[in-house]
Amino acid sequence: MLLNIKNLTVAIEGKEIIKGLNLQVNKGEVHAIMGPNGTGKSTLAAAITGREGYEVTEGEIWYKDQNIIEMDADERANLGIFLSFQYPVEIPGVSMTNFMRTAINAQREYRGLPPMPAGEFLKLMEEKKKLVDIHSKLTNRSVNEGFSGGEKKKNEIFQMALLEPTLAILDETDSGLDIDALRTVAKGVNELRSEENAFVVITHYQRLLEYIVPDFVHVMYDGKIVKSGSKNLALELEDKGYEWLKEHSLA
Amino acid sequence: MSDQTNNNILDEVTKGEYKFGFYTDIENDLAPRGLTEDTIRFISAKKEEPEWMLEFRLKAFRHWQTLEEPEWAHLHHPPIDFQDIIYFAAPKKKPQLSSLDEVDPELLDTFDKLGISLDEQKRLAGVAVDAVIDSVSVKTTFQDTLAKHGIIFCSFSEAVKNHPELVKKYMGTVVPYTDNYYAALNSAVFSDGSFCYIPKGVRSPLELSTYFRINAANTGQFERTLIVAEEGGYVSYMEGCTAPMRDENQLHAAIVEIITMDDAEVKYSTVQNWYPGDKQGKGGVYNFVTKRGLCKGNRSKISWTQVETGSSITWKYPSCVLMGDNSIGEFYSVAVTNNFQQADTGSKMIHLGKNTRSTIISKGISAGKSNNSYRGLVKIMPGAINSRNFSQCDSLLLGDQCGAHTFPYIDTRNQSSIVEHEATTSKISEDQLFYCNQRGIDTEKAIGLIVNGYAKEVLNKLPMEFAVEAQKLLSITLEGSVG
Repeated sequence: MLLNIKNLTVAIEGKEIIKGLNLQVNKGEVHAIMGPNGTGKSTLAAAITGREGYEVTEGEIWYKDQNIIEMDADERANLGIFLSFQYPVEIPGVSMTNFMRTAINAQREYRGLPPMPAGEFLKLMEEKKKLVDIHSKLTNRSVNEGFSGGEKKKNEIFQMALLEPTLAILDETDSGLDIDALRTVAKGVNELRSEENAFVVITHYQRLLEYIVPDFVHVMYDGKIVKSGSKNLALELEDKGYEWLKEHSLA
Repeated sequence: MSDQTNNNILDEVTKGEYKFGFYTDIENDLAPRGLTEDTIRFISAKKEEPEWMLEFRLKAFRHWQTLEEPEWAHLHHPPIDFQDIIYFAAPKKKPQLSSLDEVDPELLDTFDKLGISLDEQKRLAGVAVDAVIDSVSVKTTFQDTLAKHGIIFCSFSEAVKNHPELVKKYMGTVVPYTDNYYAALNSAVFSDGSFCYIPKGVRSPLELSTYFRINAANTGQFERTLIVAEEGGYVSYMEGCTAPMRDENQLHAAIVEIITMDDAEVKYSTVQNWYPGDKQGKGGVYNFVTKRGLCKGNRSKISWTQVETGSSITWKYPSCVLMGDNSIGEFYSVAVTNNFQQADTGSKMIHLGKNTRSTIISKGISAGKSNNSYRGLVKIMPGAINSRNFSQCDSLLLGDQCGAHTFPYIDTRNQSSIVEHEATTSKISEDQLFYCNQRGIDTEKAIGLIVNGYAKEVLNKLPMEFAVEAQKLLSITLEGSVG
């Protein structure tokens, strides 16, 4: 099993947001996590990736056979966990090229590999740019600075393609995307899917799941997964709305 | 970001150590401790100076005695006992060298350790170096190559001996000994430094560079640099400095004067890395420097670029007096303070000529318990019609125990000129750090990356050879320091 979350409780500044959540993800699988605003979807992503300020008060997160809850965020990333941010951050003055080269070499160093030669790195960039149809001028700009909403999201997938993570968490990657950008992003994700990696796709809407077809759909409500099922669950949810879920969780 | 997180990261990042803190055991020729007219006669005699030079020193000394230490800067330090300083220290082996073989191997080794090879064969192509240790210049490289172009590049002492007419003509014309307390002190006791003369129409084929090293204990370093570019001349000049780690404070009071004639241009770059003191604020160099350029000719240009990471106290305001019509002055600065360091730095742009233009870009970065102030004056005189200034002062705070201050002074005396001033203060956000961490970049590297990005506009102005060193230095200085 790649990811095994057991009875996870997460608090922010003493307030419990996730309240006893369980989730299992195997290699080769795509899991969708749906649910209304404020139910803890993004908090789950932050807890898995080790963001400061998200305190695990109970439970365990097992990834590749180790409990990672004490690990720093950068070490988790180096173990192959990637987060596509809902709100990608701008870093003025740091070019995308420099940023990604630093990231790739940090991950290589962690794995005991020498830094990637510049030529090889540039070739890799060119190759991955095509995957998400990203403009060359974008990679010469500062990280996310002046990028449109769609460009920022494409840029996240571009980074994912470069880092080739084992577990990728996509936090509302579809929000703010028009249909063309959505297709591009989905195409990128689908090309990266393999038997060796897994995806956790967090989304409000079923729309994205038409393009990234999940193996499992989980519905979160009030800090827990209240219902799991096949991709059809997403359709059912879309049809009946989250009100239906509320009744369901109370039942 | 929570305070707790902030502080943890801060603690971690400020663990960086000063890498040039070693001391070389060299036999020294020292002046007796303290400062009297005898000290000045001693220095002058040691340097076998002509009478006019001694007279200049004595005049400066007598003036200095009438002055009070300035207190207007946003700096705090215990009073300096000027009688407890050794004003002259020179390696015993006389540095009258025709070849490297005659240099004390200990000295060569010192500069090798600093990453500065004085061996011309090994030097980076395109850079000539004047190496100054304590009070004397040890070696100037590539003098022959430069001489073929008519360029004079030598130690200040040699210039006094070999080119007295030039020294007499220009020394003290931009920074007179009456200028300020430390300028008067320097004029009285200065020991060495670099001299550079670019003749009419010559563009220096090499970057020139002076490397200053304080080595001896209880010693002050007082160097003086004079650069003159005749009509149409051009030179890019770089200055670097380091010192051993010592518990007591050491004084460094320098003067740099630049003069550019019609259409001449001088670019002056500094990477200042004097010992900043330890994490408790003990020791470190007091760096009180007067740097000023005079754009004397029409269409002449002087640009100052500085990366200030060292010294426990920095007090310096590289300035431009824009006298020639259409002349240009520029100041690009990155000043980093960590632990208990204090910096009060900025620039002065004095517009006298018509259509003169000046730019000030200042990036302050404060961490630890440090204080970082920008102080700048833009003065546009009545005759400086149609002049322009643009100033931008940005401050980046790392953590919540440091201070950033901005003291801009603007004095415009005509109606046709335009002065713009922009200022921002920001923090490295937890979002930015987490974004980097999530890509596998640890917090220390992330801070280095973000800070270098923030300072990029200034770093881009540095010559290639310096830019890489400066980038590394920024990261090292902040190792162990942010939020």
